[in-house]
Amino acid sequence: MTAARYTEFPNVGEKSRALEEKLKKIWVSKPGFYGFIASVDHKEIGIRYIVTAFAFLIVGGVEALIMRMQLAGPNQNIVSPEAYAQLFSMHGITMIFLYALPVLSGFSNYLFPLVLGTRDMAFPRLNAFSYWVYLAAGIFMYVSFLLGSAPNDGWFNYVPYADRTFNPGPNIDFYALGMILLGISTTAGAANFVVTFFRMRAPGMSINRIPILVWGTVTVSAGNLLAVPAVSLAFFLLWMDRQFGTHFYDAASGGKPLLWQHLFWLFAHPWVYIIVLPAMGMVSDGLPIFCRRPLVGYTLVVLGTITTMVLGFGVWVHHMFATGLPYMAMSFFSGASFIITVPSAVAVFAWIATIWDGRPIITTAFLYFASFIAMFVIGGVSGVMTAAVPADLQFHDTYFVVAHIHYVLIGINLFGVLGALYVWFPKMSGRLLDEYLGKVSFWVVFFGFNLAFLPMHWTGLRGMPRRIYTYPDGVGWTGLNQTTTAGAFLLAFGLALVLTNVLRSIRKGEPAGDNPWDGPTLEWATSSPPPPYNFAVIPVVASRHPLWEERLCEGTGRTSIDRGPQLDSGREALATTAIDAHPDLILKMPADDPWPFFVTIALAIGFIGLLLQAWWLAALSVIATLAGTIVWLWPRRDLAQIAEKQHV
Amino acid sequence: MSETASAPANVFGNQVLRIGPMRIGSRYRGSSGWWGMVTLIATEAFLFIYLLFTYAYFAIENGRAWLPAELPSFKLAGPNTLILLASSGVVWWAERQMRQDKRRRTLMALIAALILAGIFFTVQLMEWKSKPYQLASTSYASVYFTITGFHLAHVLLGFVILALLAVWTAKGLFDDVRMAPLSIGIAYWHFVDAVWLVVFFVVYITPRFG
Repeated sequence: MTAARYTEFPNVGEKSRALEEKLKKIWVSKPGFYGFIASVDHKEIGIRYIVTAFAFLIVGGVEALIMRMQLAGPNQNIVSPEAYAQLFSMHGITMIFLYALPVLSGFSNYLFPLVLGTRDMAFPRLNAFSYWVYLAAGIFMYVSFLLGSAPNDGWFNYVPYADRTFNPGPNIDFYALGMILLGISTTAGAANFVVTFFRMRAPGMSINRIPILVWGTVTVSAGNLLAVPAVSLAFFLLWMDRQFGTHFYDAASGGKPLLWQHLFWLFAHPWVYIIVLPAMGMVSDGLPIFCRRPLVGYTLVVLGTITTMVLGFGVWVHHMFATGLPYMAMSFFSGASFIITVPSAVAVFAWIATIWDGRPIITTAFLYFASFIAMFVIGGVSGVMTAAVPADLQFHDTYFVVAHIHYVLIGINLFGVLGALYVWFPKMSGRLLDEYLGKVSFWVVFFGFNLAFLPMHWTGLRGMPRRIYTYPDGVGWTGLNQTTTAGAFLLAFGLALVLTNVLRSIRKGEPAGDNPWDGPTLEWATSSPPPPYNFAVIPVVASRHPLWEERLCEGTGRTSIDRGPQLDSGREALATTAIDAHPDLILKMPADDPWPFFVTIALAIGFIGLLLQAWWLAALSVIATLAGTIVWLWPRRDLAQIAEKQHV
Repeated sequence: MSETASAPANVFGNQVLRIGPMRIGSRYRGSSGWWGMVTLIATEAFLFIYLLFTYAYFAIENGRAWLPAELPSFKLAGPNTLILLASSGVVWWAERQMRQDKRRRTLMALIAALILAGIFFTVQLMEWKSKPYQLASTSYASVYFTITGFHLAHVLLGFVILALLAVWTAKGLFDDVRMAPLSIGIAYWHFVDAVWLVVFFVVYITPRFG
């Protein structure tokens, strides 16, 4: 007899109480502090991402409100110019890096295994690691605020002002090192989404049956893998210039200040798509639920998503039209920036057609999704305007661009996220959000947002430059700025109502049941909130809308929800093939593990060492990080990583 | 578990679900970790692309005068490139041996690769020492030391990985089925070598094109 167990016939059977009890024992995270730092449950991690991102949204929002008070009238002195510079820099950094992608990663982390019909992400421990590093990077950058030396050169941090000569304090070092640390988190998360996409889908979920929100996130994750190194490198070179006197960005010794802009926008323009495409994916999956029909043009929307990301890598120079580049280069990038509207607009028409042809039910989520489309069009059109070189020279560095970026980031990120919150909060908490309060808060958010940012286009066209801490009287900017300030406070009030709704509904909301919206995808096939193992039996998928099959009559087969592979001998999940999602092998999944947390601590200490120029501390951290990673990766029998043959 | 070989067909709805015997855990290539390594290699490859973009940007914007008077010589880097290439061949062979469950051969090959990696590392440090300029001398020096420094850091990490694989092989943790870490680590080493070829081409060869 051979002791080696390299293969097995997976048990296929029905869901049962006994099976659920057994799986729960296997999959539940330990309670208490240990369980808190060691949990690798994607649902736990997803919620942590969302809560942390919303906390940063609140902080960034408060920063914005202080700025709006300062700008409410001419010649005000509520904050000093230096404080104002730190405020707008941290506001941008917070919203763009610490809120916008992490909140989407949170939803994706929570939803990926559920909509894909599996039990966890491909790399559960890496998932925990990416969250901890994100938290560490956020805290790292915010410590600068407590020391009164927050980044003060805007979120795009142009040289030469970011060079040491002009900015000798630690402000920029906090930003540079913090972004490199955050990049590690983003990259780890992106790798996890990509591999989960290729490998962890329920059997039968072939590539044409994957929900769009998965497509959105996996597309931008691939984008992240290719884009993030550019900004990490840009910041690393900047840090070297500042600390070791290298000459990457200083013109006097053959360096090139424009190199910063190239490397930064090589990353940051794809990033713009990275922080909207997953939200567009959530709209593509959420909106049809409330239109009572499948999304129109699934394939086109998927292809549009991917094309947008690919083209997104070829438009970065449109941020640099005012820097004196060759005419040929500007024409090329201007053209590319026009072309990218085509794939981005595909989704817009698909959504409109879905509403048009559906029977819309006006819920709060629907309102957010529908207004998302309108905001997308406004933000998209003002974007196309800046793609035209002559017009851009007029708009550049004015409030017009500020208005544009807010229509894009609030309109296409926050509105999508809030809609998604109303759709999936019941799944996460088991309780519905209050619809009445929801609709009231929606209208407050909607009016507040448009009151704040629509007039801002005029502010820009009237020539008000961005990033100035005050302005003189009688130049025609006062009324517009007052309106914007009023709108900003109204928007903040609306968001406070949303928060109130969440806090109230967690305890007092109506029970949601498994599928409160009668949604079509697999996350609605399990309980709300889902058990630690997600699915007692792995579903076997026969169509794109497993829970609507009876009504849609898609295909000939029927999805099996209650009967399937049980995978109950230890923590197990099913790996399937990349395109067809045929069952491939049985994966042994890791349980609670504190090492991702410890490695994060070691890594974060290293970055503190670099900041303080305590090289011994950085060196110790390298050793500790390596040692921790080796412990983490050491082959384990329970993960089926060790030879079971007897060697002689 | 062999009695399940004749398990009855599992019928649900009007479909029959038959799942045959399945592998538990990963083999060599195609494991989750291997896919993870592919993503790491993709992102690291782009890191080097951006580094080389920086080099090319400087070279184009500043013109020929930007290059140092004495162009990077092949004297040390040429043989060193061959050494690194040889190490790639050796680890390729190491992986193949493990697929045939020949642990000792794998171990010997890994140790040989470690020696080659050590030689490359030392020679590269010698070349650094021989340069008349330092990191902060000119923008060329900055970019030269940063690119080769990044690569050297990857060699160092690759060295640690190969050493770890050697330890794990020696401890008998792998066989012809359970050897995913070996394939994963070796893929990284091939990447480190491939990057060097590109760096070598850009930094050592292109300046000679005139």
